[in-house]
Amino acid sequence: MADTATAQRTVKFIITRRDNPEAASYTEEFEVPYRPNMNVISALMEIQRNPVKSDGSSTAPVCWESNCLEEVCGACSMVINGKPRQACSALIDRLEQPIRLEPMSTFPVVRDLVINRERMFQSLKKVKAWIPIDGTYDLGPGPRMAESKRQWAYELSKCMTCGVCLEACPNVNDRSTFIGPAPISQVRLFNAHPTGEMNAYERLEALMEDGGIEGCGNSQNCVRSCPKGIPLTTSIAAMNKDTTKHLFKKWLSL
Amino acid sequence: MKGNSYLPRKLHSLLGVIPLGLFLIEHALTNYSAFEGGQEGFMASIDFLHGMPLVFFLELFVIWLPILFHGVYGLYMAFQSDLNVGRFSYSRNWAFALQRITGVITFIFVAWHVYDTRIQLALGNTTYEELGNHMHDIVSNPAVFTIYIIAVLAATFHFANGIWAFLVSWGITIGPRAQKVSANICMGIFVIVAVLFLLSLVAFRGDEFEGAAALVAATGR
Repeated sequence: MADTATAQRTVKFIITRRDNPEAASYTEEFEVPYRPNMNVISALMEIQRNPVKSDGSSTAPVCWESNCLEEVCGACSMVINGKPRQACSALIDRLEQPIRLEPMSTFPVVRDLVINRERMFQSLKKVKAWIPIDGTYDLGPGPRMAESKRQWAYELSKCMTCGVCLEACPNVNDRSTFIGPAPISQVRLFNAHPTGEMNAYERLEALMEDGGIEGCGNSQNCVRSCPKGIPLTTSIAAMNKDTTKHLFKKWLSL
Repeated sequence: MKGNSYLPRKLHSLLGVIPLGLFLIEHALTNYSAFEGGQEGFMASIDFLHGMPLVFFLELFVIWLPILFHGVYGLYMAFQSDLNVGRFSYSRNWAFALQRITGVITFIFVAWHVYDTRIQLALGNTTYEELGNHMHDIVSNPAVFTIYIIAVLAATFHFANGIWAFLVSWGITIGPRAQKVSANICMGIFVIVAVLFLLSLVAFRGDEFEGAAALVAATGR
């Protein structure tokens, strides 16, 4: 009985597709049988099993990326009903239909919903988002971090480089070199670390180069979009303060 | 743009508040003297400004060069931004979009307004004594009056919201609460300065400024 009741229900999808990075994009419509507690990933798996469009004609299965399925890896980020977010935590029951899936086109589209987020990792290298602890001899234990500081720093460490903040930012596009909100917040994280702090100026100077923190236009879409609730705009303003201080210190040779 | 864009952007932010923001307030107060003191009050304000020492260099370094840099670099910044208020219709994103739209409106308006007033003055087509009358002629045209109202609101919003962004970009307001408070204060500044400009526009339309230049010219000689 339950089977017949659920078999009648379907979930409608309009998916933006692209066959290869150079090809033009097009949309295809799908209807997937409804099951309770579905998310966008399980619906995409259904399309993969049975790649048939709404009009009954068959097509190539839709490509997407996903790993953790618990919103901590960022791989399945895509634009769902106009908003960038993770497909794994996008529950069908909470989405308006037809559900529109698009790739986060701020990034180079590889195929269908698969994007190349390499620029995010390049940005992390650019701002030196790590703690340098390697040496030719044992440097001993570093200074301790206050628990009160660790608690807010932990919030910043939740960043999974998913790219949602870059997709939401109006200043991240082909005409600008802005690295986006995520790496700026990482500078704040690593500059807060007692050992990382020793190289704070290197990260600040990376933010003061072309494409650095000046690219922020304060639209604050990033903080509204971040799936991890990272206080990105607070991080950006704090780094504005630190880079401004650094600028004057350099001028005055302090 | 090649090279380091951090300094030009920082300079752009600073020039928008000092000196351009201060000039805008001065301009609003001078114009408002036309509403408060009529022709006489307006003339007194103009005499005061005209009597300032090194007035040419003040204009050059406090108004013209900063406007040129702020305007041209601002157009470049606007060109680099996408407007995505359709997808992200949050109030701050609207302010972001409006900051760029009002910036472009203000840039075009200022170019025309300077040509229509300051350059006409320099060419000798009008005089300091006739400025009130000159403004009366300009804003008596209903279409031009409408353009002036739109431009004044655009410039004032750009100024007020620019202060908010300045406070963030220089790391003065950091947390969400500080930014919320400064946003409210800046919108208050927007309303006050806009009202000053609008009242002076209304004053310039009044009969007092119609034949006033002739009157002053007559009594002056």
